[in-house]
Amino acid sequence: MNVLEFTGLVALGSLLAGLLGALTGLGGGVVVVPMLALLFHVDIRYAIGASLVSVIATSSGAAAAYVREGFSNIRIGMFLETATTIGAIVGAVIALHVRTSAIAIVFGVVLLYSAYLSSRHREEHGPGLQSSALALKLRLDGSYPTPEGKQPYAVTGVPAGYGLMFSAGVLSGLLGIGSGAVKVLAMDQAMKIPFKVSTTTSNFMIGVTAAASAGLYLARGYIAPGITMPVMLGVLTGSMIGAKLLVRAKVNVLRYLFAAVIVALGIEMIFNGATGRI
Amino acid sequence: MTAESKSAPPGGFDDQRIEVIIGTLLRTGVLVSAAVVLVGGALYLLHYGHNLPNYKTFHSEPERLKSPGEIVRGTVAMDPRAIIQLGLLLLIATPVARVLFSAIAFAIERDSMYVVITLIVLGILLYSLFGSS
Repeated sequence: MNVLEFTGLVALGSLLAGLLGALTGLGGGVVVVPMLALLFHVDIRYAIGASLVSVIATSSGAAAAYVREGFSNIRIGMFLETATTIGAIVGAVIALHVRTSAIAIVFGVVLLYSAYLSSRHREEHGPGLQSSALALKLRLDGSYPTPEGKQPYAVTGVPAGYGLMFSAGVLSGLLGIGSGAVKVLAMDQAMKIPFKVSTTTSNFMIGVTAAASAGLYLARGYIAPGITMPVMLGVLTGSMIGAKLLVRAKVNVLRYLFAAVIVALGIEMIFNGATGRI
Repeated sequence: MTAESKSAPPGGFDDQRIEVIIGTLLRTGVLVSAAVVLVGGALYLLHYGHNLPNYKTFHSEPERLKSPGEIVRGTVAMDPRAIIQLGLLLLIATPVARVLFSAIAFAIERDSMYVVITLIVLGILLYSLFGSS
């Protein structure tokens, strides 16, 4: 396989990853690294660098659409980014010092956990919720559009959410993923923010978080132009097509299918890491 | 986040509107960087398309592809790989730009607490981009 064929196949795989990631809302980043490492036998450090860059592309590319809907809360996002960006730098520094097999195992566990999270039933938080004093001081509460008009919401659990966000940042910097699943967990579960607000705010945070570790990755030579080029262009194109199709597609079947793929990749990453093949 | 719940300064500048403008700028930034990567990629494939890819083992990228200054120099010299890196650098810069614009937006709203929070995030990002190499 020469460079031309390699580039074409990686671009095609990345396009598919971006498409499925956008359609299912799980993000394409999580499958790019296992695809490159397991299928194309790319060193996991190059795979992580390429994936991280593509995560920025999808997050920034979708920002306009998400903001227009009026769901994302910029104050919540910006405040929590102080945690995710520091976490991302910590994660990137850890990545420079641990063995690649350890990274592969952590990656596998995160894949399995993301699949579990996506399959879980979620409930909307009750309307009787009161904002905590800290949330009010930080002015994190807001309102979002619903079919019945603007609906105000309360915010609580700020310290727990902040801690989880730091972990999300570490995972993002360590594994080159957006860790949207953990970000949504922090906002939706710990801080009781409505699900729609959580997911859209998470999307806008992902790019900023990834940019914090991308600088370090670039400086350490993890970002190889030959791989990152087809991955970034492929994922970006795929996610843009996905966002256009989203309104019409039946996503439930696709969600289960994609979750199954993620589980399979997770097991394979753990196996390859444990046996020292990655 | 709407103007009703926060103080809305005159001129109709509220969070929502500012964010839509920022979102559009970001989208443009992504498309421009993708175009640069595409041009660099086409040149790269023309030059190296028949070589054999070698990514099985990690050997850090050469110095000239690692720092913003060297990448710009390589681009001027029409090195295809440096052009790709320039596009990627532009991409990494888009979230940094968004944080910068958010700081300005909070300043227009006279929300000093969030100006400070936003500047902290900006400082962390700039440290990562320039302070670590």
